[in-house]
Amino acid sequence: MNLMHIISILFISTGAFFVLIGNIGLIRLPDFYSRAHATGKVDTLATLLIMIGLVFYEGLNLNSAKLMLILVFVALTNPVATNALARAAYKAKLRPCFCKDDKRGCAQCNSDKK
Amino acid sequence: MMQTFFDYTAIILLFISALPIYRLIKGPTVFDRMLGVGAIATKTMFLILFIGFVFDRIDMFIDITLAYAILNFIGTLAVANYVGILQSSNDKEI
Repeated sequence: MNLMHIISILFISTGAFFVLIGNIGLIRLPDFYSRAHATGKVDTLATLLIMIGLVFYEGLNLNSAKLMLILVFVALTNPVATNALARAAYKAKLRPCFCKDDKRGCAQCNSDKK
Repeated sequence: MMQTFFDYTAIILLFISALPIYRLIKGPTVFDRMLGVGAIATKTMFLILFIGFVFDRIDMFIDITLAYAILNFIGTLAVANYVGILQSSNDKEI
């Protein structure tokens, strides 16, 4: 239990907290675009924090180099995947939810607007 | 000490990754379901890494995690392209 383990525990606990926040946002938010906003950014941040914590635990060797490779890969591709999904939803004419009273998803709101 | 911490963090992440199953079942459109699949896949990456640290075989499990991340990215892009082509061909709203 030295200093590197304490730093690792701090980073991994913060990452698990952000995972919990992102999943609560994925359940609670009203329409697709705000859900993509929640899970796209917060999951990327949680991945970066947990990977940095594991690198601090592992030390400097080949395994931590591979962990840094996974970190860079996830930081590049997770927002790209979310952006591709949101672009496909926009092309499929899925409207953002602008109703103030509708908290339960945008299907009812879309059918009312048309 | 650190093994116990990895054990409990893996159990907590396992319970957290049961939350997007709600969005996976009840999501109004196919895009919500893909968001739920992506969230579960990210948590599965963390679980594989923690299992590797618990079993002390991290050099093998890191490669599995990298392959899982690549498969997640390719799968999401494939579904987005497929739904886009489907929408542009018959012009029906989801």
